[in-house]
Amino acid sequence: MTTVFQVYIGVLFLCCFMCLYRIGRGPTAPDRTVAIDILGIVVVGFCALMAVVTGKDFYMNIAITWALLSFIGTIALAKYLEGRGFDE
Amino acid sequence: MNELVGIVCFGIGIAFNFFGCLGLLRFPDIYNRLQAGTKCVTFGTIFILIGALVYTGFDALGIKAVLCLVFILITSPTAAHAISRGAHQSKVKLWKKSVIDIYEEEGEGKK
Repeated sequence: MTTVFQVYIGVLFLCCFMCLYRIGRGPTAPDRTVAIDILGIVVVGFCALMAVVTGKDFYMNIAITWALLSFIGTIALAKYLEGRGFDE
Repeated sequence: MNELVGIVCFGIGIAFNFFGCLGLLRFPDIYNRLQAGTKCVTFGTIFILIGALVYTGFDALGIKAVLCLVFILITSPTAAHAISRGAHQSKVKLWKKSVIDIYEEEGEGKK
């Protein structure tokens, strides 16, 4: 049981490092924006897995907050790419 | 029994997350990366949250997992659509082997 969860956590770490590579190397700005969005969603899944593994519920609070903030940040970056103000 | 079903759901979700991130790493173009990344990773994370619900049952953690699932299901396609629209309007080129661009021909990009 514990070994299965260790493998799962390792694979999710690998996913996070793939997203970080794309954030660092992405040739254009939208590549980096996509990678930031996907990193936020992967971290939400990671927090849910950690909540189950450790049995503490506050990890789910972190996951909900991370999903909210990641969505707002991604929308702001997309509006910036489009070249508009935030209220249009 | 609940624990076994939960672990299987975690496995499916993490496999989808892994292949989505691999597509983000390997595909040649912003639009290809977008379609590989957001769909696979959204599906995988939703499966991880379903696994958390099944594993623990309907206590505080499971209800929060359902809340987070509904929120991600609504917001992730919205964010992906906004990113692709912003990328197209900031004149990012398509991959050189792409065959069609309807949005450039008759969409909003015309004006």
